[in-house]
Amino acid sequence: MSTYAQKQGFGATIWDYLTTVDHKKIAILYLIAGGFFFIVGGLEAMFIRIQLAVPNNDFVSAGLYNEILTMHGTTMIFLAAMPLIFAFMNAVMPLQIGARDVAFPFLNSLGFWLFFFGGVFLNLSWFLGGAPDAGWTSYASLSIASEGHGVDFYALGLQISGAGTLIGGINFLVTIINMRAPGMTYMRMPLFTWSTFVVSALILFAFPPLTVGLFLLIFDRMFGGNFFDHTMGGNTIIWEHMFWIFGHPEVYILILPAFGIFSEIFATFSRKRLFGYSSMVFATVLIGFLGFMVWAHHMFTTGLGPIANSIFAVATMAIAVPTGIKIFNWMFTMWGGSIKFTTPMLWAVAFIPSFVAGGVTGVMLAVAAADYQYHDTYFVVAHFHYVIVGGVVFALFAGAHFYWPKMFGTMLNEFLGKITFWLFLIGFHLTFFIQHFLGLMGMQRRIVSFLPGQGFETGNLISTVGAFFMAVATIILLINIIMTTVKNERVGNDPWGDGRTLEWALPSPPPFYNFKQLPLVRGLDAYWLEKMEGKKGMTPAEPLGDIHMPNNSFIPFVISLGLFVAAFGAMYRAETAWGIPVLIIGLLITLGSMAMRSIKDDHGYHIHKEDLMDDDDNKGVKA
Amino acid sequence: MANQQPNSENPRIDIEYRRKKSTEEMRYQIISFTLMIFLTLVAFFAVGYDGFSGWFTVPFIILLAVIQVIFQLYYFMHMSHKGHEAPALFLYSGVLVGAITLLAFLTIIWW
Repeated sequence: MSTYAQKQGFGATIWDYLTTVDHKKIAILYLIAGGFFFIVGGLEAMFIRIQLAVPNNDFVSAGLYNEILTMHGTTMIFLAAMPLIFAFMNAVMPLQIGARDVAFPFLNSLGFWLFFFGGVFLNLSWFLGGAPDAGWTSYASLSIASEGHGVDFYALGLQISGAGTLIGGINFLVTIINMRAPGMTYMRMPLFTWSTFVVSALILFAFPPLTVGLFLLIFDRMFGGNFFDHTMGGNTIIWEHMFWIFGHPEVYILILPAFGIFSEIFATFSRKRLFGYSSMVFATVLIGFLGFMVWAHHMFTTGLGPIANSIFAVATMAIAVPTGIKIFNWMFTMWGGSIKFTTPMLWAVAFIPSFVAGGVTGVMLAVAAADYQYHDTYFVVAHFHYVIVGGVVFALFAGAHFYWPKMFGTMLNEFLGKITFWLFLIGFHLTFFIQHFLGLMGMQRRIVSFLPGQGFETGNLISTVGAFFMAVATIILLINIIMTTVKNERVGNDPWGDGRTLEWALPSPPPFYNFKQLPLVRGLDAYWLEKMEGKKGMTPAEPLGDIHMPNNSFIPFVISLGLFVAAFGAMYRAETAWGIPVLIIGLLITLGSMAMRSIKDDHGYHIHKEDLMDDDDNKGVKA
Repeated sequence: MANQQPNSENPRIDIEYRRKKSTEEMRYQIISFTLMIFLTLVAFFAVGYDGFSGWFTVPFIILLAVIQVIFQLYYFMHMSHKGHEAPALFLYSGVLVGAITLLAFLTIIWW
């Protein structure tokens, strides 16, 4: 028996997670933190729907409504959807390419803690004088005029968590380029890995514009800059461009991993190779590429002129082509397959019509002339909730059920999972389908209340009822998670029985070094190939040897904590005496811990061959 | 010379070939280095000479700068060698995204 697997006390477990650099544990951290913020954002959504349930409602005041609405969008995009996607990328991608960890385990941990402290900072605004209230887009004239510290929390919090995301993206890129197992060529990578690759490239190019934009906003609000003040020679439109040059790729950063998760699910539960694999890869890359050419379609009504509007309208419509390729490929994957309607498969099947509905309204909105009618109405709200909930959230729920056994070693209850699915599906369409018509009837988005007698009552009430269905569905999922964790019935390598990719060749959860010997990949769907030839596991590509592992480190936590402290100093600098000292102390903590990391040699350690041989035979790839 | 002695046990290493390669590499580096010095001098001259207006000088020295960056990447940072496809792809993608941003700012925001 190896000395590495020992029972730990509660405190030791906490310390282990605070210092871990293991991609599987960081995935769990992302899942917990992202899940927490998902619930926070969901509560905010419920408050919005309660406020709008009946005309002239006074459930919340208008000012508080603006804060709830802003924080709902910001939390869901930056603090819930992205971290949850990062959770699955961290948990699955290194296993899918046959790597022992990501390329930079220390940076992986740093990325998580930066995101976490940024998110906590942003949400502390609720208790420190009011949350941001300028919308999740925080358009400059409005956000500059916003009183109090709300928008400062937005700018500083997103700056910190954005740095974490950028670090994560670069880490995934290097991992996929450099750490694929022998035989794992680019065109043998599973589609989830491909979408991780493209998304990481999008993060690499999309987050710097956000960083620049946020810095300009920070300077304007906190340090007397005038970048967005037209009376001082600035230009308020610059923020809109900067934000959307980031913001449009951002929505593809969310949806492409969803496509990846669904591609895995369709192939697995249709028991067929993914139809048109190479065209799927091509479509993913093309969507990523076109994603940078269309940002101005969010700004058709700002007066770009007819030529710019036309160019961006046509580019936007072009994206429907690769997306259509994907939709048809998923349907052809199911065609003639031996389909099993498990919970993940139900989500995947329901995703197709839901997402297509969102895509079609997207093309409608891309028609620049017609957009003048739709702009800032509930039609837009309905559109982006159809793509983000019907695409991304469905994928997160599907992925949670699909990858739960690989992450935790237990299966979520299928019966409860299906109840979650049906309640959520019904609730989702109840909530958002009617909003198309509310929008076309003229109901503006972001509005705090509406008058009776304008025909909005029934639609809004239906929408609110639907939201409660989704809330109940989420609660059932939480119950399911608690029940499964308490029962703790362990499962084997391939609990779905039809796993195709490398991660299913490993135990659930995999040992901390992932692969005892790196596997030899002989084609697409590597594990399926071996199974079809009657083998029990992968063929190893190397002899059993010592494995080099990184040491745990508390430094990433401290680096992030320093920036968290410094952000408070920067914000209260002008009105309090302690602002500047706190800013300096925070930066010293960060820089000091970075210096310590640079000066202190940390060579990691080796797991010796003898310990690996002693380990149980059911761990790692069978030799 | 660093590679007079083979630092590998492999008997099939062709020292003559290696030396020829290194000499060739060195020649390219010296040529591009000389060119870069020359281009810098040209840039200084263009700025200092009163006969050129700013409308000529500014685009001209930007052009010289671009050429120098290319020399730097391809000869000194070895992007001309094999195995640099991925960095090249990401460099050019970044340049493309940056260029589109600049183009948009120059055409639909400021003018």
